[in-house]
Amino acid sequence: MVSVQSDRPGSGQGGEELLVPSSVKIVVAGGFGVGKTTMVGAVSEITPLRTEELLTEAGEEIDDLYGVEGKTTTTVALDFGRITINPELVLYLFGTPGQDRFWFLWDELSIGSIGAVVLVDTRRLDAGFGAIDFFERRGIPFVVAVNCFQGSHSYTAEEMRVALDVADTVPLVLCDARDRESCKAVLVRVIEHAMNRLDVMA
Amino acid sequence: MSNSSDWWYDEAAGPMVRPYAMVSGRTRPKPAGEDLTLTTQVRALRTTTEQGTLSVEHLEIIKLCRKPLSVAEVAAYLHAPLVVVKVLLSDLIQRGDVITSGPATTVAPVDLNLLQKVLDGVRAI
Repeated sequence: MVSVQSDRPGSGQGGEELLVPSSVKIVVAGGFGVGKTTMVGAVSEITPLRTEELLTEAGEEIDDLYGVEGKTTTTVALDFGRITINPELVLYLFGTPGQDRFWFLWDELSIGSIGAVVLVDTRRLDAGFGAIDFFERRGIPFVVAVNCFQGSHSYTAEEMRVALDVADTVPLVLCDARDRESCKAVLVRVIEHAMNRLDVMA
Repeated sequence: MSNSSDWWYDEAAGPMVRPYAMVSGRTRPKPAGEDLTLTTQVRALRTTTEQGTLSVEHLEIIKLCRKPLSVAEVAAYLHAPLVVVKVLLSDLIQRGDVITSGPATTVAPVDLNLLQKVLDGVRAI
């Protein structure tokens, strides 16, 4: 993944090498409205972009539950940001779709990722359970980041750990999704956690 | 990215062209584009081949990718669904107009050196 490869020689007319960077990604997961895009935007070098995936067959059956039987395509929006590490390496941050019915897309987003942030909101703790469960089951390194909105600083990290039933091996941090330094610290924890796990496995 | 003032309609009006019309109804990329993922990096070659058969969207992608961009970024800037962009990119890869980073690994990065670079990079922003 580090090496720059291509099926075709990357040379232009003058024979100069055209560099195609490698990319890595970190997933920012959590319930609807918890601040995922805010977090992505706080550290991204570009305003978070939105791309849309059209779902046809898979969406059809699920849409029936919502009473829109006539609809054959569903659009899922993915918000993401970018941090250029160096000319050869780019880090992407992907926010997961908040709605539970798009779980299958989480798989695609998580595959090949360094790790994940599960962002939770103290006012809606239950919205974080699904995401925690998802990454636990798949063995993907993740940290739980509790987004402390103004006025919701009334819990300690330990209280949050108990309430969320998160194992001691999973880092849990308090953060402010609007604050760049705070979000940087969360990403640093994710990467360090992924590195520690590699060390343990080695 | 197209300048929004170039258009007489606004985003709320929805797309003027149905997404799949951009790719003549094709819903799957050509084999050359099968391995494209959200983060695959795409870069246009400086010398493009004959442009006669390329659509406006193809040319827009070539323009966007003068600097390397991910598939997801191309889709966002083009305001087109990912699947449509993958089809368009597969055309360009096959023609040799763009090159891409190697196939994305389906396993998490296990290279400590790589992770260290990412860590240093994030700390430095």
